[in-house]
Amino acid sequence: MNQDFDFIRNWIAPNTRVLDLGCGDGTLLLSLQQQHNILGYGLEVDPEAISQCIAKGVNVIEQDLNQGLTNFADGSFDTVVMTQALQAMRFPHLVLDEMLRIGRECIITFPNFGYWRTRAYLNFYGRMPVTKQLAYQWYDTPNIHFFTYADFETLCVERNINILHRQCIAEHFPSTKLKSLWPNLFTQTAVYHLSR
Amino acid sequence: MNRQSEKIPASICCVNFLPLLDLMHTSLSDPIMLPDHPSDTSIGIVTPQSLHIEQPLKLACGVVLETHDLVYETYGELNSAKSNGILLCHALSGDHHAAGFYQGDSRPGWWEHYVGPGKPIDTDKFFVVSVNNIGSCFGSTGPTSINPDTGKPWGSDFPSLRARDWVESQKVLMEHLGIECWAAVVGGSLGGMQAMRWSLEHPEKLLNAVVIASSMKLTAQNIAFNEIARRAIKSDPDFCDGRYLEHNKAPLKGLALARMIGHVTYLSDELMGQKFGRQLRIGDLIDRNTDPIEFQVESYLNYQGDKFSDSFDANSYILITKMLDYFDLSREYNSDPVAAFAHAKCNFLVLSFSSDWRFAPERSREITDALMSAGKSVSYVEIESDKGHDAFLLPNERYEKALGGYLSRVANRLGAPAGDGQ
Repeated sequence: MNQDFDFIRNWIAPNTRVLDLGCGDGTLLLSLQQQHNILGYGLEVDPEAISQCIAKGVNVIEQDLNQGLTNFADGSFDTVVMTQALQAMRFPHLVLDEMLRIGRECIITFPNFGYWRTRAYLNFYGRMPVTKQLAYQWYDTPNIHFFTYADFETLCVERNINILHRQCIAEHFPSTKLKSLWPNLFTQTAVYHLSR
Repeated sequence: MNRQSEKIPASICCVNFLPLLDLMHTSLSDPIMLPDHPSDTSIGIVTPQSLHIEQPLKLACGVVLETHDLVYETYGELNSAKSNGILLCHALSGDHHAAGFYQGDSRPGWWEHYVGPGKPIDTDKFFVVSVNNIGSCFGSTGPTSINPDTGKPWGSDFPSLRARDWVESQKVLMEHLGIECWAAVVGGSLGGMQAMRWSLEHPEKLLNAVVIASSMKLTAQNIAFNEIARRAIKSDPDFCDGRYLEHNKAPLKGLALARMIGHVTYLSDELMGQKFGRQLRIGDLIDRNTDPIEFQVESYLNYQGDKFSDSFDANSYILITKMLDYFDLSREYNSDPVAAFAHAKCNFLVLSFSSDWRFAPERSREITDALMSAGKSVSYVEIESDKGHDAFLLPNERYEKALGGYLSRVANRLGAPAGDGQ
């Protein structure tokens, strides 16, 4: 199970309504259903992932996030979650606004492009990083907006978004001290819990 | 012509769409086999059953049918807990013959591709009930039946029907079969409307509703097409104000025209372009040609219209298209679909097809949004298809996967405690 899911589970209260944007194969929603008895819905466009959700008994709605979320009413969910997908959105800042309109709180996880290994890749090779987490070539990647931990912090200040919690995850040198001293350098995956 | 004995539902024309193109120039009594359907995956030979119901059925319009008959088929075995029943709800022109073959007949039922052993609606796991609904014309009480008050066929006097009347009549059959709760109620188009109505009228009596290519109410354009069809029927001099059976007549031309209009709207422009294009069946478009010219699509459509009018009753067509027009899921819930679905207790699967313009994906998304707002468990899949509304009857890998995957989970959970894991 992904480490970011552990944080997410801790921030979601039992028996609440959860919307997962880009829910993949439904792993997170299934675990939230089983452990927290949430009422969850996942939005997804990948046919294979949708089939897997249906087979698991996870509510999945075929909907393209880039086409907007206007079908969801203000405050209709307790928590809106988006894991590892913000960088693939056409307008990440607008998606973030929408998430905070639909949900009382929202949880975002994203790959930090400021991570030291990504920086090193770019420095040494002089080419766009291709890593385990960002496993695409620049021309066919769904990840069209690369940003860093520091960029995201700035965006939250600019758009008056309240950061309830933040967590940094890293595979290499996962020392808490390093991560808290230089989060932009030592965070591989950032996990944010936000509200308005 | 004996309409009642016509065993092939008109909707089968959709299933056999492709083979028929080749058959148009050959004998129409030739066997029509679906090429990707080896017979070992079919339920095989089936026999319709008939139930005479003495219990009065009070219709939504206020009229009481003192008795009525239902013709139905069942596939698979009812388990000892009687928990594996699936009700199939047919659409406008459908009937009870959804799967398998009649003795001596090589044409399968209208949903053969989806109902059978190992198929998405798996008859190895489920006891599938398929009923011809009242008002239709394949053996269940309808306009061609005798009105006990007059001793003559009901004709156009047959009482106006609503989807809820079909649901109530299906519930009588359910009780007769000893089923307390359906594992699922499944239907496409008007069938999906019945599945939704079931979820509101008898929320305790179904665990799942599968709503395919359907809508909470018809759009003005949809009602308009239905009215054009009805006008076509009524304009036929043989319609005799709906009393054609008493005069030994039938408005065959009007009904054929109605079906031709409907048929075009059930397909997509793209599909018709692919299958027919501008191909000629007769003649040539060269200059100074005075010989008759016929496009393939004309020939196809005329054939479909005539075949339909030979097997379907014109009054039934008028009655059931009106039933479609009148359907409004949330009318008595202040026209608020969320308030309506708040009464439902089952889980939902909603499916739509990208090129369906009579029951567009937008309509299915409205159903899905209302269900989510009402806090119901729902999954929604929009299936890529170029086959228009008829896609719900035709083979499609993603459709099979979504329907089969959903129902396979339903099958695995038969007998599991309610609410477990969801």
